[in-house]
Amino acid sequence: MDEMLESQLQSLMAAIERAETVADLREAELKALGRKGLLPAEMAKLGSLAPDARVERAKLLNRHKADMADVVATRLATLEKAALTARLAAERIDMSLPADSAPQGSVHPISQVMDELAEIFADLGLFVATGPEIEDDWHNFTALNIPPEHPARAMHDTFYARLAGGEQPEPAGDEQPEPAGDQQSEPAGDRQRYVLRTHTSPVQIRTMMAQKPPIRIIAPGRVYRSDSDATHTPMFHQVEGLVIDRGIHMGHLKWTLETFVKAFFEVDDVILRLRPSFFPFTEPSVEVDVGCSWEGGTLKVGGSNPVVGSSASSGSWLEILGAGMVHPRVIANCGLDPDEWQGFAFGCGIDRLAMLKYGMTDLRAFFDADLRWLKHYGFASLDVPTLSGGLSQ
Amino acid sequence: MKFPLSWLRRYLDTPAGAPAIADALTRLGLEVESIENPAEKLAPFVIAQVLSAEPHPQADKLRVLTVDRGDGQPLQVVCGAPNARAGMKGVFGAAGAFVPGSGITLKVAAIRGVESNGMMCSSRELDLGDDHDGIIELPANAPVGQPYAGWAGLDDPIFDVAITPNRQDCMGVHGIARDLAALGIGTLKPLVHPAITTTGPCPIPIRTDDESGCPAFLARAVTGVVNGPSPEWLQQLLTRAGLRSISALVDITNYFSIGYGRPLHVYDMAKLSGGLTARRAINGETLLALNGKTYTLDDSMTVIADDSAVHDIGGIMGGEQSGVSATTRDVLIEAAYFAPDRIGATGRALGLVSDARSRFERGVDPAFVAPALDMAAAMVADLCGGAISDMAVAGSLPDAPRTLGYDPALVTRLAGLDVAPAEQQRLLAALGFMVEPVPLPWRVTIPSWRRDVQGAADLVEEIVRLHGIDKVQSVALPRAEGVARPTATPMQLLERRLRRLMAARGADEAITWSFISAAEADRFGGGPWVLDNPLSADLAVMRPSLLPGLLAAAQRNAARSQPGIRLFELGRRYLADGEHPTLALLLAGEMAPRGWQQGKARAATAFDMKAEILAALAAAGVPVERLQTRQPASPHYHPGRSAKLVLGQQLLAEFGDLHPEQLALAGLSLPIVAGEIHLDALPERRGKRARPAFRPSALQPLNRDFAFLAPDTLAAEALVRAVRGADKALITDARIFDRFTGPGVPDGQVSLALAVTLQPADRTLTDADLEALSKSVVAAAAKVGAALRG
Repeated sequence: MDEMLESQLQSLMAAIERAETVADLREAELKALGRKGLLPAEMAKLGSLAPDARVERAKLLNRHKADMADVVATRLATLEKAALTARLAAERIDMSLPADSAPQGSVHPISQVMDELAEIFADLGLFVATGPEIEDDWHNFTALNIPPEHPARAMHDTFYARLAGGEQPEPAGDEQPEPAGDQQSEPAGDRQRYVLRTHTSPVQIRTMMAQKPPIRIIAPGRVYRSDSDATHTPMFHQVEGLVIDRGIHMGHLKWTLETFVKAFFEVDDVILRLRPSFFPFTEPSVEVDVGCSWEGGTLKVGGSNPVVGSSASSGSWLEILGAGMVHPRVIANCGLDPDEWQGFAFGCGIDRLAMLKYGMTDLRAFFDADLRWLKHYGFASLDVPTLSGGLSQ
Repeated sequence: MKFPLSWLRRYLDTPAGAPAIADALTRLGLEVESIENPAEKLAPFVIAQVLSAEPHPQADKLRVLTVDRGDGQPLQVVCGAPNARAGMKGVFGAAGAFVPGSGITLKVAAIRGVESNGMMCSSRELDLGDDHDGIIELPANAPVGQPYAGWAGLDDPIFDVAITPNRQDCMGVHGIARDLAALGIGTLKPLVHPAITTTGPCPIPIRTDDESGCPAFLARAVTGVVNGPSPEWLQQLLTRAGLRSISALVDITNYFSIGYGRPLHVYDMAKLSGGLTARRAINGETLLALNGKTYTLDDSMTVIADDSAVHDIGGIMGGEQSGVSATTRDVLIEAAYFAPDRIGATGRALGLVSDARSRFERGVDPAFVAPALDMAAAMVADLCGGAISDMAVAGSLPDAPRTLGYDPALVTRLAGLDVAPAEQQRLLAALGFMVEPVPLPWRVTIPSWRRDVQGAADLVEEIVRLHGIDKVQSVALPRAEGVARPTATPMQLLERRLRRLMAARGADEAITWSFISAAEADRFGGGPWVLDNPLSADLAVMRPSLLPGLLAAAQRNAARSQPGIRLFELGRRYLADGEHPTLALLLAGEMAPRGWQQGKARAATAFDMKAEILAALAAAGVPVERLQTRQPASPHYHPGRSAKLVLGQQLLAEFGDLHPEQLALAGLSLPIVAGEIHLDALPERRGKRARPAFRPSALQPLNRDFAFLAPDTLAAEALVRAVRGADKALITDARIFDRFTGPGVPDGQVSLALAVTLQPADRTLTDADLEALSKSVVAAAAKVGAALRG
């Protein structure tokens, strides 16, 4: 009888191992382990055996049941694995097909440079100040020691603005104290005559009138001159700097400008040349040149020791900003005592800084909004200039 | 200002060459814009002698020369000049020389079959004049083989110096020499005041009736002059300074203008009737000026007139009628002092720029009026002959010397430089200041030619200039005390945040002009600020909206075949009540291109713009769930597809499709949506956000869907707000997930389906709870006119 059972079991086991589908497997399993299957049927016969033989026989049958279940499980796993493999193979797609890309935007180089400037000067404790772009004549000129008939006004090609229909604008911003001293008696019409600010310097005036020294500010923003050619646009950007305190002198100015230029262009060996010059609102006034070298047709800031007037030298001076000690009359015009408070101011073209640092050659393109240009020279949203992460991106 | 080195050397004894002088000028604050030496471009040309001149075998007009250029190896040169002949000396350029007047580089070449090894040059070919009738002929003693330019005195570098508006004293070469001498670059030669023998009183009576415009009017007559060409040396100086030589009399006035910064005027006495008076012009008076243009004058202007006509716009330009000519016999030389402000105002009003104006409006040296008149009269008599009259004087010169109090410690205080008081005194004296050093403060008398020096700070500048501004040492700015505060204002931080957000969301930042055309401004609400002097009609009005600029930019980009355009700008709108910081955004064309997954391209819709605007507002800290949508937006938007977003009563933003008329006017056929956020209208962010402790609910949120029928005039937002309000404690969200019109929905109605999220607080909701909630949701919806769909 055992031989017969063994052979039946062998044949069932072989059927299980041969099963090619889960259905075949289940059928074979049923024959072996199902309610009417071989092993349960044999178990049913145990009752007719003598107790000793029954125990032996039960052990044997249970072992066969367990073996059989193992074989079924193993085979099932194999079949499932094969089925999964086949399904996955069928699901293959060409992963070289393109994904939907999110559009990439950009930050304008002017904005990026303004962020860089704010970062550099934050480290020096200079706050960012603003003022109106439609400015009155007094703030743009007279308060800055440029009285109406001053020839220096000819240096500014001024746009004059007015409210159509003869409306009078509300006074822009601050309340101004009476100018101190006997300087610059202020013509009444001055504050009703409007210009597009020709420089960011009126922000100096507004700041000095609005807050008590010590003052440390930069004022970046749009400025306007009625000038348009290959290198001039009627609208451009400047940054103004102003430091007013007790005992601030030209040595501090020089250090501040050196620190700024080094940080902005990220070069250590920058040579600045201060040249005496003239601005009505500073005294003494200087123009500031930075030493540059030509490398393969492009201008690099820093590096060489330029020789003036020598075209043979690879070095040259590049004028980058104007500066000086704030004129005592300007300080007095703002209601401060020039014997107590003094300091420096500087002004610099942002567009030009951007061109020098990032290599654009055409100023007009800054304001054309050509997407190709914006994407070429613009900055990724996450390229935020920081001192810890680096200013250049 | 342009002048040759030789002119400077007339006033300054110096061994310094051009580079050292240029360096010194820069140190003085006289910016050298260029130095050009005409000798440089003539370097390849040498003095040569023609040894023989034979006829050209193939051409009648050409000759074959043998030319000796001093190296003992005569060259064969083909030449077409009629004056070329054996024995003459001229200027030779060998092969390789660049000929400045014709722009060609010489080569060895065969001319009609005869080899030619260079060229004998004409004046024009060397850029030295107009003469091209023949080659230059040099005197017999010219040294063969020597560089021509050096021998001819052309080695005379020409400086172009930018004079800042304060330095009137350097509007003449003499003043520049004075500044250089003060720096130690040579010695200033003393001015020679000529001894004048006069023949009697000035025959022309002069007067000033306008002492505010012309405080002083001085004159001398010179009678019996011959106004021929001026001598070679004077012609050369003027030509090298960029002026044309006209006649001796005109050249003399130009010599004083450029040489001493002292404009003069010379009248032909034969053309005057009666005396000359400085007076205000009469409104409507005209003058044909020396530049050939006629100017209409008014009573704000000072003129010089005789009994019948105006002859001079005082201090700016003389008149054609009384100008000198070749036949002039008797002249009156005018040396006046005009008020700088008057000159500036008149010049601006007339749009007239002249060498005289640029000097008078900065204020000429009042102490140099009479000496200049004497020197000029003597020079006229010297060069043109004639007899000099007495000096006639009308009015009086502002001659009170000005003094300043000065504390030498100011140099350290302002410039951070340590300059010994004795050295400061020396430097000021070198510039012509008179210093009384005791007691403190010093009394400093300002020289008459330094009108710009007005205060102690100006003296510091003078000392720093001469001592050397390069000696200023850098000193670190002391660090501000205390904890660092943000240096940017909240508005600047907001703008930075929005800029980076918009770029991250795929838009490119544009910067467009602040001014637009009046027509554009009118279409976008009207621009109250207009420019009096715009560059063009396209840039005439300050923008009331940023959208016209972006629209024009979209049009340009569309013309460049850009399929999808996302542009934003952060800038100001200029309205009557002030300047308003604004974020503007424009989407045009495809938002998603056609693709293998989703098929067709997707065009920008107003809801794309709404998503952008809401994202920006959320980033700005605006409670967007409290915003209300009001239709429509301003008239430049599509009336049915645009809206304003308001918080309470405050308008924060507008967005939508642009009005089709705007697109047609901008020449655009793309779908375009746009929006603007009024940044100064946004609620201020209140400090740093406080975060309570995190306590997540232990209970699961539940979702229930409702479908309502509502009139299609009902704003979906109103239904959502009503449903949310049905149970503020339990309902955490309500969202429209379907909108349907068509079969099964009556005309004029719309089916809106909402997903409502419930968050139980402290216990699981029962069926009765849910039943009650549903009822209150339905009741709330009914209040706004929506009925549960059966």
